[in-house]
Amino acid sequence: MAQSNNSIKKILTVAFALCIVCSVIVSTAAVALRPMQQLNQELDRKTNILNVANLYESGMDVEAAFGQVTPRVVNLETGEYSDQHDPETFDGFEARRDPAASRTLSGERDPAGLSRVENYATVYLVGDPDDPEQVILPIRGQGLWGLMRGFLSVEGDGNTIVGITYYEHSETPGLGAEVNNPRWQAQWEGKQVFDEEGDLTPAIRVAKGSGSGEHEVDGLSGATLTSNGVTNMLQFWLSPEGFGEYLAKFRSGVDQDDAQDADVELEAEGA
Amino acid sequence: MSDASTKSVLTGPVFKNNPIALQVLGICSALAVTTSMSVSLVMTLAVIFVTAFANLFVSLIRHHIPSSIRIIVQMTIIASLVIVVDQILKAYAYEMSKQLSVFVGLIITNCIVMGRAEGFAMQNGPKMSFIDGIGNGLGYGFILMTVGFFRELFGSGSVFGFTVLETVQNGGWYVPNGLLLLPPSAFFIIGLMIWVLRSVNPEQIEENEFKMKHNTEPKEAV
Repeated sequence: MAQSNNSIKKILTVAFALCIVCSVIVSTAAVALRPMQQLNQELDRKTNILNVANLYESGMDVEAAFGQVTPRVVNLETGEYSDQHDPETFDGFEARRDPAASRTLSGERDPAGLSRVENYATVYLVGDPDDPEQVILPIRGQGLWGLMRGFLSVEGDGNTIVGITYYEHSETPGLGAEVNNPRWQAQWEGKQVFDEEGDLTPAIRVAKGSGSGEHEVDGLSGATLTSNGVTNMLQFWLSPEGFGEYLAKFRSGVDQDDAQDADVELEAEGA
Repeated sequence: MSDASTKSVLTGPVFKNNPIALQVLGICSALAVTTSMSVSLVMTLAVIFVTAFANLFVSLIRHHIPSSIRIIVQMTIIASLVIVVDQILKAYAYEMSKQLSVFVGLIITNCIVMGRAEGFAMQNGPKMSFIDGIGNGLGYGFILMTVGFFRELFGSGSVFGFTVLETVQNGGWYVPNGLLLLPPSAFFIIGLMIWVLRSVNPEQIEENEFKMKHNTEPKEAV
């Protein structure tokens, strides 16, 4: 018995048969459960959007509550809304790979380590879309171990933070993963993104140790690189490279010339 | 006879021959997932499922597994089961699967599963192997739940997410012990548990395999 079991023919047969059976089982499970998993991910994304806007209560009907949220697609360069893409289906994260719909970043222009960024992004408006109570922006950037994706919610003044949350990251549990600790997230409420009126460079950052003032949040102890990652991605996404131009429209006192200058430059480029 | 041995196969691994406390296997995940009891419970169920079915399938085909590739055959079966568990958790317990993150996948590397498949299922019938898998899963779970209980109670002041000790951060009186939320604390708790178990069952105490030599005298070293 042992002899025949160890013949080359038997070894190959057993290995081959086992691989077939196992791969069928695994792929059946993956395919059969896929719709359910996607539903969960979609629900999770919506829950996170409501969560960052402080609208989420556990046990609520997420789909119904999401009715007060309007997704819009924004052109990151001009800061204007775009009707080119359907906000329900447009996925900026996927678009970053498309050379026609994205641009490359390098060096100092890429603090968040993204290397490519899309030209259009989906924002979520809470309340009246023309005069929103809150604007929810998708943010992402490198943490310590990998890409962190999340949302930042800003009040209708384009400056006061409501909340921040991460729905996808691979930071160390107990250290970097504390970005999703409600106590840490609670500190963000009321912080100011920009320093002076008219300044387009974001001042918000995660401090090393305990933060002070309206632009600083306490660092995560034992997770300096994750904290830096959060700072970097905010520096990027809230700057004119990211949503800076878009947010400028909500802010009072911003030197409109700056924004117009940017427009003129773009037009010149276009021509 | 058969009944008695079924019972001993099922309950033996919980106290007498615990995979973590006596065989000191599967420590890695016991450190990682025991910060809260609900996560420990899901991890326990996942491991029971995987050990039981890995044992069952390995035992079913044990007469046909060529000894030269037996380890990789066992690994393939275990890995497939783990992927299935991961997919099911993602579909039906999404929040939990997010919390467990990579640790479900890491059940593949849990030595308990591999150890039982190689050590028990290769020599025993499918029924016994299945029960042995459940028993070892329970033994693993017993340690996990106990460690999880202490870590969650003293680290976050709650049990299964329900607040027992009102923490200072929430306006209560209890100052949580931050160390218990970090993985090394599980070492201390598991160590203490091994001590307790071996005091109750002195036959578990291992003979010293070798004798430590005295330190070299400084004079001799020169």
